[in-house]
Amino acid sequence: MSGFLEIRGLSARLAGTGQRLLRSVDISLPAGSVRGLVGESGAGKSMIGKAVLGVLPKAVEIVEGEILLDEQDLLKVPPAERRRLIGAKAALIPQDPLTALNPSRRIGPQITDRLVDILGWEKARAASRALEVLVEVSIPEPERVMRLYPHELSGGMRQRILIASAFAAEPKLIVADEPTTALDVTVQKQILKLISQLQARHGTALLFVTHDLGVVSKVCDTLSVLYAGKVVEDTTVQRFFAAPQHPYSQALLAATPRHTDPAASLQPVPQAVIDAAMAEVAADDAAWRPQGGAHG
Amino acid sequence: MADTIFQVSDLRVDVPDMTRKPLFGAAPRLEILKGVSFDIARGTVLGIVGGSGSGKTTLGRTLVRLVEPSAGRLLFDGQDITHLSDADMRALRPRIQMIFQDPMSSLNPRLTVGRTIAAPLGAGAGDPRVKAALEQVGLPAAFARRYPHELSGGQRQRVGIARAIAMRPDFILADEIVSGLDVSSQAQVLMLLEQLVVELGLTLVFISHDLSVIRRLCSRVIVLRSGEIVEDAATADLFERPQHAYTRELLDAIPIPDPSVRW
Repeated sequence: MSGFLEIRGLSARLAGTGQRLLRSVDISLPAGSVRGLVGESGAGKSMIGKAVLGVLPKAVEIVEGEILLDEQDLLKVPPAERRRLIGAKAALIPQDPLTALNPSRRIGPQITDRLVDILGWEKARAASRALEVLVEVSIPEPERVMRLYPHELSGGMRQRILIASAFAAEPKLIVADEPTTALDVTVQKQILKLISQLQARHGTALLFVTHDLGVVSKVCDTLSVLYAGKVVEDTTVQRFFAAPQHPYSQALLAATPRHTDPAASLQPVPQAVIDAAMAEVAADDAAWRPQGGAHG
Repeated sequence: MADTIFQVSDLRVDVPDMTRKPLFGAAPRLEILKGVSFDIARGTVLGIVGGSGSGKTTLGRTLVRLVEPSAGRLLFDGQDITHLSDADMRALRPRIQMIFQDPMSSLNPRLTVGRTIAAPLGAGAGDPRVKAALEQVGLPAAFARRYPHELSGGQRQRVGIARAIAMRPDFILADEIVSGLDVSSQAQVLMLLEQLVVELGLTLVFISHDLSVIRRLCSRVIVLRSGEIVEDAATADLFERPQHAYTRELLDAIPIPDPSVRW
């Protein structure tokens, strides 16, 4: 069965230097399920999310591969059509709620703009939908909050607003890019529970970008472990936490803090594991022949 | 007395609340620390934990006298430093060092690593103490010629540690120093600190919002909420028999990497 989102053999490189950033990435995400993209900084996890949403920086070029959203290859449609497709079917929950909201505009229009300008909704319909989703994310006094500015709200409230905004147009896919990294641990728990609830209730497929394996074990069904732009392990959460297969995944899990078992956690990733993973990536690159031309 | 490095009694910090200041007249005071008392034994690692706005960073900054207390008493090695002048504090500074959260903004981008470490020593980048400090934090001596932007996050944080230990301090304050790092660098930096505390006989205060990194490193933990200490306990007791509801809430909120553990 093919997923709602299917990424096949996606490779990307830096336009200037030709450095490979994504290495033949395959990811399958069935409708209504949650996949974690895990890895350290620079592993390419955010880049995959950006590629799906069509917001890669200009310096990154996709060399080959397919991104099928609801069976349509986003890389084969013209840019305007692609934006319309993505706008209608996908949304983003960003990492930092303060920079994602415009400080000089009230909350209400920041939620309704997208519905009106991109999806062509009537203003009144957009406004009533905005109220509805604010209630759904447990914002008290939503009518009043719609008239507030971002600085008048706490970090947790701002993140709730971005979640409401992401769910407003009933997207079939949401990319959540480290949505709780900037939050306190107690607020993080509330926000993650909220995302899980909404995801289950609406049957949304969720691509969850995070560096925290603890979070993955609580909110995801499946996960892809990335190292240097390559998926080194693709498995279910149950199997992964019972017995991770790839040595790098094993090391990553052993490095994750676990206060209930301090002796078996916070172990540095051994240099040998990093060397082996690097060698694997280098062997991969040597064997790689991109379609349609030599690589730089 | 000899084995207590810091004595803190009824420490208070308040600041004018400018958001509620009337046009004329004084602003009302906003209490950040509402009277905290504790001692720090020499050669131990004390964890300070709390949510954002709990006052943990203010408490740390007050200990090293970057903030002057409004009331209470602060003794460092038996000496009252509560209201010590900047000039008098300067004599103590080499003994009290700090490592900051964000190594990118706490390292001067225009200085090489060597000059960064040498600056507080009043020496040049070629000083043998620079090489020794780099060695102690596990960086090759050649790193002295590099600039901060050439380093990874974990390496930058090691430079921050090297700069602090090069002064041969008695006390180091580490404020959220691993929260910006990947788990693998996080583990390395924590192990390095663990080892340096023993090797150099340091006293360390480790501030974090994340209880899960505290357990390995700290022997005692203070839990702070709204400027008050809600729990002060030996680490093992705190994790196994948390007394205060807020401590339990903090512990329960940690996502343990195991799908079979209910959350």
